[in-house]
Amino acid sequence: MDSPRGRIYQMVQVDEGRLALSDSFVTHIDRCLGCMNCMTACPSGVPYASLLERARWQIEENYPRPWLGRKLRQHFYAKVLPSFSRLGRHAKLVRFYQRSGLQSLARGTGMLQLLGVAELDALAPRIESDFSFRHLGEVFPAEGTRRGRVALLIGCVGSVAFAELNRATVRVLTKNGIDVHIPKAQSCCGALHLHGGHLEMARVLARQNIDAMLSPEFDAIVTNAAGCGSVMKEYAALLEDDAKYAHRAMQFVAKARDINEYLAGVGLVEPKRKLSQRVTYADPCHLAHAQGIRKAPRELLKAIGAELVEMPRPDTCCGSAGVYNVVQNELSMKILDEKMGYVASVSPQILATANVGCMLQFKAGMKRKGINTRVAHVVELLDEAY
Amino acid sequence: MNPAVVEQLRKIAGRDAVLDRPEDLMLYEYDAGIRKSTPGAVVFPQTTNQVSQIMRLASSAQVPVVARGAGTGLSGGAISREGGIVVAFSRMNRILEIDVENQRAVVQPGVVNLQLSEHVSHLGLYFAPDPSSQKACTIGGNVAENSGGPHTLMYGVTVNHVTGVEVVMPSGEVVHFGGKAAESYGYDMTGFFVGSEGTIGITTAITVKLLRKPEKVATLLAIFETVDDAGQTVSAITAAGITPAALEMLDGWTLRTIEAYCHAGYPLDAGAVLLIELDGLRESVEEHAEAVQAVCLQQKAREVRRAKTEEERALLWKGRKTAFGALGRVSPSYYTQDGVVPRSKIPATLAHIGEVSKKYDLIIGNIFHAGDGNLHPLILFDIRFPDQLERALAASKDILEYCIAVGGSITGEHGVGMEKRDLMPVLFTQEDLDVMAGLRNAFNSENLLNPDKLLPTPRMCREIFGAARNPVLVQEGM
Ligand SMILES: Cc1cc2nc3c(=O)[nH]c(=O)nc-3n(C[C@H](O)[C@H](O)[C@H](O)COP(=O)(O)OP(=O)(O)OC[C@H]3O[C@@H](n4cnc5c(N)ncnc54)[C@H](O)[C@@H]3O)c2cc1C
Ligand code: SF4
Repeated sequence: MDSPRGRIYQMVQVDEGRLALSDSFVTHIDRCLGCMNCMTACPSGVPYASLLERARWQIEENYPRPWLGRKLRQHFYAKVLPSFSRLGRHAKLVRFYQRSGLQSLARGTGMLQLLGVAELDALAPRIESDFSFRHLGEVFPAEGTRRGRVALLIGCVGSVAFAELNRATVRVLTKNGIDVHIPKAQSCCGALHLHGGHLEMARVLARQNIDAMLSPEFDAIVTNAAGCGSVMKEYAALLEDDAKYAHRAMQFVAKARDINEYLAGVGLVEPKRKLSQRVTYADPCHLAHAQGIRKAPRELLKAIGAELVEMPRPDTCCGSAGVYNVVQNELSMKILDEKMGYVASVSPQILATANVGCMLQFKAGMKRKGINTRVAHVVELLDEAY
Repeated sequence: MNPAVVEQLRKIAGRDAVLDRPEDLMLYEYDAGIRKSTPGAVVFPQTTNQVSQIMRLASSAQVPVVARGAGTGLSGGAISREGGIVVAFSRMNRILEIDVENQRAVVQPGVVNLQLSEHVSHLGLYFAPDPSSQKACTIGGNVAENSGGPHTLMYGVTVNHVTGVEVVMPSGEVVHFGGKAAESYGYDMTGFFVGSEGTIGITTAITVKLLRKPEKVATLLAIFETVDDAGQTVSAITAAGITPAALEMLDGWTLRTIEAYCHAGYPLDAGAVLLIELDGLRESVEEHAEAVQAVCLQQKAREVRRAKTEEERALLWKGRKTAFGALGRVSPSYYTQDGVVPRSKIPATLAHIGEVSKKYDLIIGNIFHAGDGNLHPLILFDIRFPDQLERALAASKDILEYCIAVGGSITGEHGVGMEKRDLMPVLFTQEDLDVMAGLRNAFNSENLLNPDKLLPTPRMCREIFGAARNPVLVQEGM
């Protein structure tokens, strides 16, 4: 009972004063995955992403959500996410909580839903014990002939849950002759803020990242998270009215690259090992629909010898969509089950994707279906090939 | 709406399958045309039985009912009378059976057109009707409107691909017309039902033909300096004894607008192009492709290109299929007209449309199923300026009058619906219309099912077009 057309119609009605910021409107906007499938499909070029951000902002400003939920949201967006050390602590807590027996206790009580850590719970594998935060400020030199130099955004939620992925990213880049810098002053990309309707906070973070990572020294600013990449590419629009930053934001956007896009652009050096397995690739929405990147990851997989099989509708949303699987759990699981059916229909040995959120969701999907097909990030597979 | 009726609907279809809050109902007050009218309730049945109970309830409560697929209709077909019940089919969207041996599929009406083809693609099969809205529109809607598409030229419209329907009658009875066999005996009830625009019954299951994908496809883009040359070429191709699978024409202005969206490589300086597709057995396709190319060059085509890869082909079609939407980039509103003229009259009709454009000072893009003579002039205007709306209406009327004058018709595939029913008397005599009304009344005697559509209300019958008081087809671009 939801569609982009209906949402846009309601947005117009809200603007014209025919519709209040009512439960119905908020529900429909909350249910939007933000997957941007509709932008790919729309021939009229309706900028749905910015319409959605505006609606979310209107809701955050004007619609009273239940008190506890609101307080927790504010704390998470304003305090936890922007601050790496705090996030680290948060993650340590989660780790402690996973290892102690508390996890099963809390699961039964629905506490998790409230705290917003449910996705780190049901969906996350055990959080890895070592964080990339401690690598902030480091430089990893290229191996062999140097072919480029990049700044790497290590992400926030991603870097906590998937430190290993960041390490793999660094290894793949350096093995391919790229210097990797991890600028110290970088922060969260702002995606969760932007999608949650906290526009101002997102701008603050954007400026911080521009200051930290825009430098003639770097050929590109690289990320391994599709969500971060698509938001980094939106910085110019986000800061267009900011006299001081508008121009630099444009320069930043010109250098922002998803890791797949970057590697396919510079070309891989000959891999050491061939990945002779049957692999199917699921397009993350924020890569395919928001950034139009579909070929690059497939090319990379083929370049390391994968036997690529296409599932039906590889670019439909898996239902993960940021924190969607937490706030709209039931719908999210319906979407996931359908997607898992597509995956199963081509019986792959590996399900590859290129975004951490999707990986978490797929792992949960495998568990639900009782299958143990491997779920891997493209970068993880590249890493194994070198 | 009477709360007791809403409560009954909930009992029938489930608590979460009925909408009655104003803010939800407003999402069902439109389709892809301009008419708006807010229903009293929307219900999402999941089974045939529920649809039957809904019909019984509606007739005992005397509430009008209208079925709704994806709401992409351009003639107001899925718009409810104020306060009526909309029966929306988005939850009856399952493919019930694929019978590979007999090349049939049985589907629920809410299945999206393109999804059926995608679903059977790995079997080498597809569903032929391909309206440009096929990513969104439902097979239930296609059946009701007897929709066509670019490939109608060779493969025919929806009615040629439906062999059976399960229908819930206004009384609530469930009947079956036709089946899997290609021909039925006695009255051709399936044929009668297809194209009845939801005024006879509500279909809950549809048996359709699946075709084998052709062995070979050739897609050509013939580029012309003038619209007139392109128009002449259309008749020249058929005169050469070749029936392409599709033969579409786009004029220069439309081309440039689409190119900005889809980057298909359409030539920006052309006066018009023809998009020509040939399919069939390898040898015959090659032979025809060469013949078509020769005809085009003879008719002053500047160049004929051929898609080399499946990707190039898909891109050329993407441009054609998203054309209406792409216009949303340059104009706040537009009319999509849907006239038909004999193929031989295409050049003259295009010349006339050019004059109309000058006379009313409005841009008119031309994009159409040239092979069928089915024109879709797109009249651009801005709905915020009433005088523009009026000029657009007048221009549209002018074009339709011309179509009729040269022996054509007022709709090729978008249906009559609400928008053109007042024009029916121009094409049919009172006697013709009486027979049609009698037929409808035999099934839908109280006129509760999709009232106000297709047939003119008696009082309007003799009024013609000049007196038509409502806009033809207005589309608001987003
Ligand atoms: C961009 C665009 C391009 C288009 N291109 C084409 C084209 O190339 N060719 C073409 O023919 N049309 C075209 N159309 C028109 C439209 O898409 C078709 O008429 C389509 O078949 C409508 O399907 P729908 O599911 O949207 O039906 P709706 O608009 O929801 O309904 C249309 C009619 O079908 C009836 N109906 C729906 N479901 C049922 C059911 N289960 N039982 C009985 N009646 C039912 C409704 O009551 C209504 O009268 C286009 C429209 C748009 C917006
Ligand atoms: S972003 Fe995805 S979920 Fe949201 S309206 Fe668009 S297609 Fe639907």
